[in-house]
Amino acid sequence: MIQLAEDSNVGGPGAADQGNGHSDTMAGRTIHVRVLRQDGPGGESYWERHAVPYEPNMNVISVLQRIAERARAEDGRQVAPVAWDCSCLEEVCGSCTMLVNGRTRMACSALVDRLLEEHPGEIELRPMSKFPVVRDLKVDRGRLFRALERVEAWVPVDGSYDHGPGPRISPEEQEDAYPLSTCMSCGCCLEACPQYTKIEVVQREGESAEEFERRRTAAYDRGFVGAHAISQAVLFNGHPTGRMIADERLQALTSAGGIQVCGNAQNCVAVCPKHIPLTRSIARAGRAATVWAIKRLFDR
Amino acid sequence: MAQPRVLVIGGGLAGLAATMRLAELGVGVDLVSLVPVKRSHSVCAQGGINSVNALTRQQGDNEWKHFDDTVYGGDFLQHQPPVKEMADWGPRIIDLMDRLGVPFNRTPEGFRDQRRFGGTLYKRTAFAGATTGQQLLYALDEQVRRYEVEGRVKKWEFWDFLEPVLDASGRCRGAVCQDLVSMKFKAFPADAVILASGGCGLVYGRSTMSMVCTGSAVSRAYQAGAAYGNGEFIQVHPTAIPGADKLRLMSESARGEGGRVWVPRTPQDPRDPRSIPEAERYYFLEERYPKYGNLVPRDIATREIFDICTTDGLSVEKDRLCVYLDLSHLPREMLDRKLGGILEIYEKFQGVDPRVVPMKIFPAVHYSMGGLWVDYERSATGGMEEGSIRNQQTSIPGLYAIGECDYQYHGANRLGANSLLSCIFSGLFVAPSVAGLATASRAGEETPRLFEASLRRQEERHEALLGRRGGQENPYALHQELGNLMTRVATVVRRNEQLAAAYDEVCVMEDRWRRCSLSDTGNWTNQNVVFTKSLGDMFPVAKLILKGALLRDECRGAHYKPAFAMPGIAATDPAGKRREAEAWCDRFEANTRKWLKSTIARHGADGHPQISFEDVDTSLIPPRPRLYGLVGADVIEEVWKERSRGAADDAPAATGAGRAVAAHV
Ligand SMILES: Cc1cc2nc3c(=O)[nH]c(=O)nc-3n(C[C@H](O)[C@H](O)[C@H](O)COP(=O)(O)OP(=O)(O)OC[C@H]3O[C@@H](n4cnc5c(N)ncnc54)[C@H](O)[C@@H]3O)c2cc1C
Ligand code: SF4
Ligand code: SF4
Ligand code: FES
Repeated sequence: MIQLAEDSNVGGPGAADQGNGHSDTMAGRTIHVRVLRQDGPGGESYWERHAVPYEPNMNVISVLQRIAERARAEDGRQVAPVAWDCSCLEEVCGSCTMLVNGRTRMACSALVDRLLEEHPGEIELRPMSKFPVVRDLKVDRGRLFRALERVEAWVPVDGSYDHGPGPRISPEEQEDAYPLSTCMSCGCCLEACPQYTKIEVVQREGESAEEFERRRTAAYDRGFVGAHAISQAVLFNGHPTGRMIADERLQALTSAGGIQVCGNAQNCVAVCPKHIPLTRSIARAGRAATVWAIKRLFDR
Repeated sequence: MAQPRVLVIGGGLAGLAATMRLAELGVGVDLVSLVPVKRSHSVCAQGGINSVNALTRQQGDNEWKHFDDTVYGGDFLQHQPPVKEMADWGPRIIDLMDRLGVPFNRTPEGFRDQRRFGGTLYKRTAFAGATTGQQLLYALDEQVRRYEVEGRVKKWEFWDFLEPVLDASGRCRGAVCQDLVSMKFKAFPADAVILASGGCGLVYGRSTMSMVCTGSAVSRAYQAGAAYGNGEFIQVHPTAIPGADKLRLMSESARGEGGRVWVPRTPQDPRDPRSIPEAERYYFLEERYPKYGNLVPRDIATREIFDICTTDGLSVEKDRLCVYLDLSHLPREMLDRKLGGILEIYEKFQGVDPRVVPMKIFPAVHYSMGGLWVDYERSATGGMEEGSIRNQQTSIPGLYAIGECDYQYHGANRLGANSLLSCIFSGLFVAPSVAGLATASRAGEETPRLFEASLRRQEERHEALLGRRGGQENPYALHQELGNLMTRVATVVRRNEQLAAAYDEVCVMEDRWRRCSLSDTGNWTNQNVVFTKSLGDMFPVAKLILKGALLRDECRGAHYKPAFAMPGIAATDPAGKRREAEAWCDRFEANTRKWLKSTIARHGADGHPQISFEDVDTSLIPPRPRLYGLVGADVIEEVWKERSRGAADDAPAATGAGRAVAAHV
């Protein structure tokens, strides 16, 4: 009746005129996929080839779904399905970041037709390289969320009880803040950043979960906070209430692993799927940090 | 457990709102979620969130009207006190989210901007670009992160809720969950457990929902004895973009901002839509519903779009059913500013610019009005009594449900932009109820043993799944089959013979599921076994949806059975019209007496749902017919009004309660 999987797979929906030039010629063909797999943290990684029948309007997620369903490598060997993260499938939850044909991007918005145009013959999938691999294409991005704690990325309200509306905000301010607020914590900007290097902390034998967590957090806190967190600090320092703890954020941004680590390579802004003006945020944060440092010098 | 501790399952809007409030009340929270909470399905909500506001108030709007629109839109199938309470809280909730930093769109003077959504005549909907859900979720996520740093909240992300743990008296004492990375099991003792696990779209295979909307958590609570209400009420969104992996939503705000729905008057007109002259376009919603136009309530828009394609044969394409949703007449600057995000989605996934070319859309499964049955305590003013331990409590004491996974707020059909409100509202409102409970309740001696037994049961289930050998069934293929079947028989149009047959088919599929074999038998990040488990838990939900739909021989909201539809008026002469209108109203009254009842499903020992019916508290606003676009609506309405006036005169006591409250508001 409505939008059955059957209808949309074979020729029907999407194939009509909605801009995928390959559909006719590709029908009945096979997509070759090369996946860099790893069975667990610290394990060896290895390549595995898969073959998936082409369907119009596919994205990398539907390719991975077919791989899971087949559970066989191209050579016919039975293999466990590839592990990966996804949720929204519309590029808004930030789950599905991976390296597709060498580029860091969201798997759900990576359309197969485009990929094949870029690179005929094969699609290559690898996990992000800046985060510890959990399994296959799934990585542990805990450090990215920890950075949001470091810069206190929140509005420090008194509480959730009624105090009337928030501050008046001009449309210009809203239009300034909104793009920064669409950051979905995907980590593309971190993957692309030359200054952001992998930190992998392994639990020691006999170490309790709490001890391990503490040690890992400390290690993360010595590393670079990353463009996403700098941009969040700028977002909240621009908010009339958020600004009330602006100094604390600047303090975080000027300590070890802070904004001074950024080499201004601008790789981050080029890969952000949400087109967040990261270099502008970094420049703003840089200026604010300088002013703050000088002010502190005089306050002493 | 010296310190009160609550376990919250799910970190969407509802779960985060509850967590924030609980932490504020000094209650420790364990927050469990399949995905990092910031990635919960709530991020997908695009359009906005409803509440009365300063502007609409001056146009004659008030909380009572929001309440009225909600119950009228829901075809009166929801208890009214909780809905009234929610509408009353609306303005405060928007204010709160504003204070938390949600970048709501602004007017030139710096106030929050509002738009109009379906099912109302007022501009009640506040929005933040085209990603309102994402923005609201982030604001709550940030507050919860703050409490996490302070040590009041502990998150368990990439964890799966497996079952509530009940003591001998049937009270919930906590739950058993599984780490999706290490696959280890853990018991979570708690003074109360709150389920905030969202919708169950995956029961329909592909829908507008996220991949984590499996309904597994709710199904597990249901299988443990929690009652499930109104399962058959599944909202099909009128406008979605077909895709191989997901049916992506085109938000109602596209119509709210002036988008028009049409088909060429010539079936499958091969011309470029832009070159089809006005006169040859059929704006069927505008013609059939002059008052609401393109913004008729969802169930009606869905059925009309469905009908124009299937019955009238006017689908834009032959092989793929779809209609045009046209924005191309609107200024590009306005579209970018107000709808940028959702238009990008279309462009990104379809490769066509909807600002230039009309979009092609078709209905898709979107929202579950039904969910776990929950209780409430009525207050003296007809709302909900704040702090009562009954509010949002499922039929299992100590187990609560909030957000999309409860059945409480939307009746037979949800109005656009009302869900985000109900999620945040139920999350905030449940907190004091549970906090009171947390200090009052103490687990008994036997509890540790209960957890051990529960852990063992789950471990055994897990091992049994991993150990299955030589099965013939592929869980992914079986899931597609289930989804196709459910989509075919239990969405827009429902027929008893199809529902009955489908029920048997689902039972067979459930049997086949027992023969599913896994392609991954390891114990590290095994997504294969997690999916297979959740698939197994979809069958009980599918069965209660089908059974509820089969038994309900009427049309109400999203549930439409042509065999029981009440046609409009055929007569053309005044006397004949009048006669038919009287008969129509008689039939409506009889139907209300028989069917204005919630379907309550309980999981039977034999695996089949046991259905009973629950009366609905309609004491504040008496049910009236929904007459959108019906032929002869004016005459019917006239007759209906006379009758309700008569009823009010005859029996002042019966409507007294409603009136007193109306006067109060
Ligand atoms: C595309 C789309 C657009 C929408 N737009 C709007 C709109 O504009 N306005 C509006 O009012 N409504 C809208 N809705 C509806 C609204 O988004 C949802 O109803 C709402 O977000 C549900 O929130 P929730 O907190 O109940 O659950 P969710 O946000 O779905 O969160 C569920 C949580 O439960 C967790 N969970 C689930 N199962 C388990 C388990 N077994 N174990 C552990 N954790 C589990 C998940 O990880 C997640 O954290 C839209 C819905 C869709 C699909
Ligand atoms: S500009 Fe800074 S944050 Fe961005 S990629 Fe370069 S070094 Fe990294
Ligand atoms: S700034 Fe962009 S790339 Fe970086 S995490 Fe946010 S959305 Fe992703
Ligand atoms: S699945 Fe959400 S961003 Fe790709």
